[in-house]
Amino acid sequence: MFKRKRQSAMGASRVSVMTMNTIVLVGVLLCAIPFVYMISASFRREGDLYKLPVTVYPREWTMHNFHTLFDKTEYVRWYGNTIFTASIRTVLGVYLAALAGAAFAKYEFRFKRFFFFLVLATLTLPFHMLLIPLFLLMRDFGWVDNYLAIIVPGMVNVFNIFLMRQYIESVPDELMDAARIDGASEIGMFHRIILPLVRPALGVVGILTFVWTWNDFLWPLVVLHDDAKYLLSNGIATMDGPYEVETGAIMAGSFLATLPIIIVFLLMQRQIIAGLTQGAIRG
Amino acid sequence: MLSAHTLTTANKPQPFSLADWWSRNQRKVIPYIFLAPFLLSFVIFTVYPAGVSLFLSFQRTRGFQQAEEGGGVVLEYKGWANYERLLTKDKRFREAMINGAEFWLGTLLVQMPLALAVALALNSPNIRFRILGRLAFFAPYITSAVVVGWIFRFVYDQNFGWMNSALAQLGIEGPAWIRDANFVMPSLIILGLWTWVGFNSLFFLAGLQNVPDDLKEAARIDGANTVRVFWHITIPFLRPVFVFVVVTGGIGSFSLFSQPYLLLDFPNTGPFDSGLFPLMYLYDMGFLNIRMGYASAIGYILTVVILIITGMQLLLFRLWKV
Repeated sequence: MFKRKRQSAMGASRVSVMTMNTIVLVGVLLCAIPFVYMISASFRREGDLYKLPVTVYPREWTMHNFHTLFDKTEYVRWYGNTIFTASIRTVLGVYLAALAGAAFAKYEFRFKRFFFFLVLATLTLPFHMLLIPLFLLMRDFGWVDNYLAIIVPGMVNVFNIFLMRQYIESVPDELMDAARIDGASEIGMFHRIILPLVRPALGVVGILTFVWTWNDFLWPLVVLHDDAKYLLSNGIATMDGPYEVETGAIMAGSFLATLPIIIVFLLMQRQIIAGLTQGAIRG
Repeated sequence: MLSAHTLTTANKPQPFSLADWWSRNQRKVIPYIFLAPFLLSFVIFTVYPAGVSLFLSFQRTRGFQQAEEGGGVVLEYKGWANYERLLTKDKRFREAMINGAEFWLGTLLVQMPLALAVALALNSPNIRFRILGRLAFFAPYITSAVVVGWIFRFVYDQNFGWMNSALAQLGIEGPAWIRDANFVMPSLIILGLWTWVGFNSLFFLAGLQNVPDDLKEAARIDGANTVRVFWHITIPFLRPVFVFVVVTGGIGSFSLFSQPYLLLDFPNTGPFDSGLFPLMYLYDMGFLNIRMGYASAIGYILTVVILIITGMQLLLFRLWKV
């Protein structure tokens, strides 16, 4: 009797396993379709794209769009600009977030709770509400069309501070006390104990910062006006304007801009998802 | 040598030495140094602009000075006029706020249940495509909003877009999507689903993996069925995830910008402003119409609305805890 019961339970779960697998598979398919469109359109001529019936694969594969992209627009330059600014902002951002995170995780000091409240308050305040005054500030600094405007204002990211604090809390206090007895300075400990121990976290925070900078649109739109200075997002957004390029070229540009992000994610997906979700679950 | 030195000077008053002071007090001082970049940045790029913005929101911008005069903004004090106009007369602003609310409603009613369903599917044992699923569900989120906006603009094309081609396969004649006032919001909500369902499901998934198995097992032994276990054990454990998803969804809905900007080809905002969002209106007023004071007032109203909504949500979730 016990045995039979178990069998029926397994039968029921087989149906549910099928349902669950179907849900996931349909979801995967739906997620993939817009990407398929993007890639497929990158290798088509305009006539092929706007012709009925609509096909998934190009009727004729062509590299025409990539030539348009490289010859008629500043695409290569935008790519370089984006890599340059995103890298600098990432390195500085990770370091500064780790510093603040270490202060919150490993030290007792006056106003600690108040300062942490500031971090949390900034976390809920949308940065874009300050668009106008921040732009005026950049103008006063002479930073319009200057990458300092991209790198500096968002450099200390409160979400990153929050993440780093959680990771650094796991560094054992005993290790730090032992180092103190051996005469280590606090700054030396930060560089020689804390940073090496939270290296995976630095990677996660770094990649998140890099991706955010890579994808940000509104702020570069506000502070970069010279199209040679554009980042990828502004560049791609305006490609139908002054350059009069076609759908295929826009999709080709989008494809190349998305590629590195997807590859990085493929390599580090486990760590990235863990890093992102950690804060939300602990509440 | 060193010890002799320490011995002889131990009882005498020492001349003040910075190095000595530092080695004794660094543990007290260092957290402030570590926090200095954050605090500086907070004052310069948050507190100061927030003050400037408040000041501006009571002014009318009359234009810019000539470059030789410094190129500053020429202002005129207007009292509460900007706020009054926004709250009582400005139909575009009202439309933008309503659109934000509609998008948010779509997020709550469609996106969250779907995300939870996907998470439950991903969490069930014997699932096959776990890694593929994780990649596919995360990819839309990390794709630039500009790229997403472009893709969907083409996918929604009435005659050649994939959306209507797929519908035609099912025998349905598709609408004009982003060119039809009634379908702009659904277009945006679908775009939102595509971007965020998978992302949010990963949060739910992480939450689900935090639910202790033995607790569920114990409840089952006590005779609780699957639905009751889900309702009384799984859902309460997911509370922080719900809070996170609802709050970020609310903030995100009212500050939606890049997706509608690209989808609708800003400064177009869809027929009858059906795709106008508050942040787009702020940008329009501040940078295209150079009415910085008015735009600042928009920013403040928007911030207050978002804070009220977030506060209300947090309160609701606190009540739920009891």
